[in-house]
Amino acid sequence: MKQEIEVLQPGLFSCIQDLGRFGYQKYGVPQSGVMDRYAMRLCNLILGNPQEAAVMEITFQGPQLKFGAPALICICGADLSPQLNRNPLPMGEMIHVSAGEVLSFGNRQSGFRAYLGIKGGFKSEMLMGSRSWYEGLTEHLRLKKGMRLIFDSGEAGNRETHSHLKIDLDYLQSTEIEAYPGPEFEKLSRQEQKNLLQDSFSIHKSSNRMAIQMVETFENQLESIITGPVVPGTVQLTPSGKLIVLMKDCQTTGGYPRVLQLSEIGQQVLSQKMPGEKIRFRKLDY
Amino acid sequence: MQDFPEISPMGERAILIEFGQNYSSEGLRKLLFYKDLIENYSVKEKLEVINTYSSILISYMFTIEDVYGEISRLKGLISQANIPKNLNSQIFHLPVCYDVDFGLDLELISAEKNLSIDEIIELHYAPLYQVYFIGFLPGFLYLGGLDKKLQISRKDTPRKSVEKGAVGIGENQTGIYPKSSPGGWQIIGKCPVIFFDKNQDPPSPFSPGDMVRFFPVPKKQFFEIERQIKKGSYELKTEVYEAGN
Repeated sequence: MKQEIEVLQPGLFSCIQDLGRFGYQKYGVPQSGVMDRYAMRLCNLILGNPQEAAVMEITFQGPQLKFGAPALICICGADLSPQLNRNPLPMGEMIHVSAGEVLSFGNRQSGFRAYLGIKGGFKSEMLMGSRSWYEGLTEHLRLKKGMRLIFDSGEAGNRETHSHLKIDLDYLQSTEIEAYPGPEFEKLSRQEQKNLLQDSFSIHKSSNRMAIQMVETFENQLESIITGPVVPGTVQLTPSGKLIVLMKDCQTTGGYPRVLQLSEIGQQVLSQKMPGEKIRFRKLDY
Repeated sequence: MQDFPEISPMGERAILIEFGQNYSSEGLRKLLFYKDLIENYSVKEKLEVINTYSSILISYMFTIEDVYGEISRLKGLISQANIPKNLNSQIFHLPVCYDVDFGLDLELISAEKNLSIDEIIELHYAPLYQVYFIGFLPGFLYLGGLDKKLQISRKDTPRKSVEKGAVGIGENQTGIYPKSSPGGWQIIGKCPVIFFDKNQDPPSPFSPGDMVRFFPVPKKQFFEIERQIKKGSYELKTEVYEAGN
């Protein structure tokens, strides 16, 4: 039996991701990797996978997937009402799937991005040390109808699984985004610094894996900088007042002032926010 | 460039080393020396070191456990360094076709800058440019050395799609689009060379510190070179360059 999953319906936007690409930023290649590392880590821990095993990142509206062979799976992150042959599935548990069964999703209950882990991991093409999909680099960018995804349960061996892990789901509800001062934070006036941390902002609908933009503008007199390094979690402030939070598929360099830098948890929380939802930045100190 | 950089964490997985807002060829030599030094003293699988005009970024795959220990180690490395006078690099000779069919904004620049199209072309291929770093898009070279007379602001409304290979000018920078992408630069020509190939290791032949010289080619020769590149029979002309001499 071929260890394949057939995509019956692709959903809104799903893709294969791992921890990301390292060693190619010097050529201008983005890091990529999962938006919510915590959810990925849980999936792989529960399944007894190595921590870098590739998972499926599912945004808002899940796909319909038909399993060509038996598999062990686990779903973490956003609760998008997962179902197996139309029977509701629990989150954060190892689940046996038989050949021919169909995994689908229903209404969103919480969060924005769900993660589907599979014993042994998804075996998408390995390019520059990563299986993460990225437009223009890897063959695929997102799930398409009729696509066949390969997994390999045999490789996983007999690692210990953690089926009784305590899972923290509070972060899915949190609206506080932890952020350190960015390299240009001190160039803001005291009042601007205060406002940036007091105002609430809502997620713009154009947000994606590259950047999450805020709807409200933030007036400022900052000068642009000579192009410098940026990383996922960097918050840029444009002259017209747009706040742009760079995410995993972001460019490696940028010329807008970098006013904040999200913590890892801050990025994880923001990844689970829907367009329209309100957030506030909470300052951390190094 | 400042002599003593500021070293600070940038989130939980990166450390930023900044030498100020000014940059120069000499500064770049220093920056690249420090970059090599840091790379050689690190576990390569776990982190990556990149540079921009006047910054170095060290990014880690996982959260840095002892960020202040790491910063003081970096300070030690940088304060001990003896910067060599020379930087060995290559000069790449890149063909550019400045035909108005490719140079979509040549006429506009000519009117705005009060220069003939021939003057613009000559001013563009005369300098020896230096690669400061690669960023923006995979394989996009940030080049220093554009003649001040050619500085022109970006388009008010960016083009939805700029062709792969398009050579453009934006403010004090010139560059080549390594793939088709939306873009706001003023376009003056086209270069047939491949700047990023995911199937090659390394995917780009260029490194920070390398030099670039453009040479003008007529349209017919452009298409001939393009054909040769497709067949894999075109060889980029390079020569060794020693700075500081």
